[in-house]
Amino acid sequence: MTDTIFALATGPSISALAVVRVSGPGVPSIMLKCCSKELVPRKATYCRIIDPVTDELVDTGVCIFFPGPQSFTGEDCLEFQIHGSPAVVVRLLRTLGQQSNARPAEPGEFIRRAYVNGKMPLTSVEGVADLLEARTESQRRQALTQAGGHLAGRAAAWRAQLLDALSLLNAEIDFADEGDAPVAVQSAVRSTCQALVQELHLAVSNAARGEQIKNGYRVVIAGLPNAGKSTLMNALVKRDVAIVTAQAGTTRDVIEVNLDLDGFSVVLSDTAGIRDSEDIVEAIGVDRSKKTIAAGNLVLWLADARGGNPELPDSGPPTVRVASKMDLSKSLPSWADVGVSATDETTLGLLVQRIGEHAKSAMAGEPPLVTNERQRFHIEAAARQISTFMGDEGMPIEILADELRRAASSLRSLSGAIGTEDILGAIFSRFCMGK
Amino acid sequence: MASHFDVIVIGGGHAGCEAAAAAARLGAKTLLLTQRISTIGAMSCNPAIGGLGKGHLVREIDALDGLMGRVADVAGIQFRVLNSSKGAAVRGPRAQIDRKIYLETMQMTLLGVPNLNVLEGEAIELLTKGGAVVGLTATSGVYACDSVVLTTGTFLRGMIHIGDQRTPAGRVGDAPSNQLSTSLLSHGFTLGRLKTGTPARLDGKTIDWTELPRQEGDSVPEPFSYLTSSIKTRQVPCHITRTTEAGHRIIQDNLHLAAIHSGAITGRGPRYCPSIEDKISRFADRESHQVFLEPEGLEDDTIYPNGISSSLPADVQSAFIRTMPGLSEVRILRPGYAIEYDFIDPQELNAVLETKKLRGLFLAGQINGSTGYEEAAAQGLMAGLNAALRVAGKPPFVLGRDQAYIGVMIDDLITRGVSEPYRMFTSRAEYRLSLRADNADQRLTGLGIELGCVSDERKHSYVRKEDGLQRTETLLRSILVTPQQASKTGIDVNHDGIRRSLFDLLAYPNVTVEMLTANWHAVRSVNETHLRQVAIKAQYAVYMDRQSKEIAAARASDDLRIPRDFDYSLVNGLSTEVRSRLSHVQPETIGQAGRMEGVTPVAVTLLTVRLKHLSKRQAA
Repeated sequence: MTDTIFALATGPSISALAVVRVSGPGVPSIMLKCCSKELVPRKATYCRIIDPVTDELVDTGVCIFFPGPQSFTGEDCLEFQIHGSPAVVVRLLRTLGQQSNARPAEPGEFIRRAYVNGKMPLTSVEGVADLLEARTESQRRQALTQAGGHLAGRAAAWRAQLLDALSLLNAEIDFADEGDAPVAVQSAVRSTCQALVQELHLAVSNAARGEQIKNGYRVVIAGLPNAGKSTLMNALVKRDVAIVTAQAGTTRDVIEVNLDLDGFSVVLSDTAGIRDSEDIVEAIGVDRSKKTIAAGNLVLWLADARGGNPELPDSGPPTVRVASKMDLSKSLPSWADVGVSATDETTLGLLVQRIGEHAKSAMAGEPPLVTNERQRFHIEAAARQISTFMGDEGMPIEILADELRRAASSLRSLSGAIGTEDILGAIFSRFCMGK
Repeated sequence: MASHFDVIVIGGGHAGCEAAAAAARLGAKTLLLTQRISTIGAMSCNPAIGGLGKGHLVREIDALDGLMGRVADVAGIQFRVLNSSKGAAVRGPRAQIDRKIYLETMQMTLLGVPNLNVLEGEAIELLTKGGAVVGLTATSGVYACDSVVLTTGTFLRGMIHIGDQRTPAGRVGDAPSNQLSTSLLSHGFTLGRLKTGTPARLDGKTIDWTELPRQEGDSVPEPFSYLTSSIKTRQVPCHITRTTEAGHRIIQDNLHLAAIHSGAITGRGPRYCPSIEDKISRFADRESHQVFLEPEGLEDDTIYPNGISSSLPADVQSAFIRTMPGLSEVRILRPGYAIEYDFIDPQELNAVLETKKLRGLFLAGQINGSTGYEEAAAQGLMAGLNAALRVAGKPPFVLGRDQAYIGVMIDDLITRGVSEPYRMFTSRAEYRLSLRADNADQRLTGLGIELGCVSDERKHSYVRKEDGLQRTETLLRSILVTPQQASKTGIDVNHDGIRRSLFDLLAYPNVTVEMLTANWHAVRSVNETHLRQVAIKAQYAVYMDRQSKEIAAARASDDLRIPRDFDYSLVNGLSTEVRSRLSHVQPETIGQAGRMEGVTPVAVTLLTVRLKHLSKRQAA
């Protein structure tokens, strides 16, 4: 039976649109579960995209169904055109990964299927072959370099732990008669595995929250009520995200959006204006704003250019003092670092540049651990396989070893295979084997 | 006019015996050429057969009607199933062997093999024509033939080291084969150098046994062969002694005199069979190492001290040995030694152990970089079968990694090559749960019958057993039990109202065959051997389902064949390094290519795409 495969078809960086492609026998079921409208073959349909497990809205976008064999791969294919925010993409890939028999595509797998199903003549295949190599090489490099060697280092550590556990088990199995073999290794293996599973879970939970993106750079727009925070947010995002009215205290909740500012992944939060309020709902909003500010990497502290020097929060992240509504003011007030007018592109551009500078200096040396869905998928599988036996003390040793072997093969995509030779090497370096 | 044979096997060791018998079983007119007929079947090193992984190999050889298991059952003087407290998948049968009985029984057995001639002589040169073997020059004459199986063991340019003393020899007392090495080199084969070692031999009459712990065999010895009903040879114990600090000091003080440490030996030795000087220098914190005192025969007082192989000078060895409990007065019959020998890079071979450079030339055993009697015998069997199949113009016989340890070993050798002598371990088999010593016949004998290498006697006993297993499984699957009924018999399952078969119940860790026979009359009528066999199957059933999925995926890529002489420069996007590796090994399938070192998944994809296109174009 063929698996259903999926992958992000567009580049990994932030862009206006992202395309996620799905191919395989699972497409009709995914379409039914995840798209809010019925899809007509080869017709672009704008609909809501739903996570069927939680019933949450993933995004709204254009979905196109290509029934096989008239599709790119020759199989049933589904294309999601969604907002090009890594957080949205990750969320959609995760949703797809939860469908039965669906998994992230191997490098080049769509093309391979297209070829196998006779959809692609040789010339095209040869044409993409070079491309394929380059693309995967860059993916590999990306996985290692983009993560600044961080994931590679962690994966090597996981690998070492798994190797340790496997070699202990195999030493007990294969050298039982040789006198110097270790005995009763299972409790040692169990504790190694327990620690390993915890680490894997931690790495995945970070990844699942889209940590790599949200870790990117959190910019909080804050300030006194009616300073024009939501207006600025909307101007920056260039679409209506927050409710913008001229009445003070309208934004009662924290509103977040992922966007590409100057090439960097930035999470922009619009917050309720900070003031003491009798209104309970507004007070909750203010409280949330304070928390958001504390968790931010940069605060844009907004105040009306026509007002006096605004009071800054006592402590917190670096702050840029922004004088707003500059179109209504004659000059930049002395307290302000920068002035903006939501209607003036030039002032917005200067502010973006300022944010970009802060983001750049802050993001160097803070690489995310798990950078793509594929890695997350395999780490999760490994964690699952290792934990299979954690509960059962009576599980035979050869079964334990088989679970670990499977986990090792799941980690293969991260750090290269753990071959028998590695395991034997570990055994011989630790124990004095052999009669 | 030279006499003609279909298959000539050179060498009468464990690989040679199986190769000759296997070729002859398939009807090939076979010649076994050996330097000395009296040493056919000699066990040059330890007096034992089987073990973990190795015992699996012996069972597989037996399932294909090979000789080793049957001969070992006659010559075995202490049988033990290793890992008997662990699951069936990792149990391995092992036996101490009476050297003399083994050698005599093997020689007698070979005498009785139809189509097989045995001659004394040393092979000198391979005769070739058009890239294929056509004959052989030996000291005994010139022979024409279609296939040659080379099983030279440690004899190719063999060199024995004892301290700084060096003696050219294939084994103590036997001359090496140097001219054949030269002949092989002239055909362009890459020769490498490996080393192995053997310990001193002791006179058992001079050992004080009183204080030494005994190690008994199993109370009911379990034979290797599926044809042996019970072991009739007298059984004896082994004993255990240990090294002492005084002994360690002697070794440390003389380390510079050991051939290995003085740099006299360049070949790589096995990590899993370290010399005593290796153990003591690498694991300096260990105060003592176990040494097993193994008898070499019922009528032989020679003792094999397992665990202290050495290339130290004889006087140092003897001083060291006398520091061990029970051995203070021991007489040393002959010192241990290290031996260096030539091997051919097994990446020169295809999956039937035939060289890619010379058609009709098959290699088996230590010449391929393996070590051990069982590894050699298993390769001999496969090389012999395929040498005969080639002569008969029949398709080759290859076992996959999912079918047999034999398949794992050959694939490892030809795909990855060797950097130290290759020994079988159960951990080398990814499908360890299904490749068990208990089911080798079910895995392989059917294939052997199809191939025609299995005797009628074995065929009948196999068919009878298969029938019995089938009936037993059907019966166990047909008896359905509710959770209430199960708990009345002491079997606790979820009270979910689901009826389970007795077969399903056997998968529960605390359910035994005895519980079933005690509670269900119908089960009592079943042959106990069959019942236990089906119980093992039931225990692993759930993992088998999972594994069969993995196997199917791996099979798909092993079914995709790469044509001989495939031009890797035609595949776009392969790196130069990957391309040169692939050209060197010339993998036969996409699966094998993927298992090679340094071949990335992307490279495999590119290769697949290219091959699929080629096959499509050819079909069109």
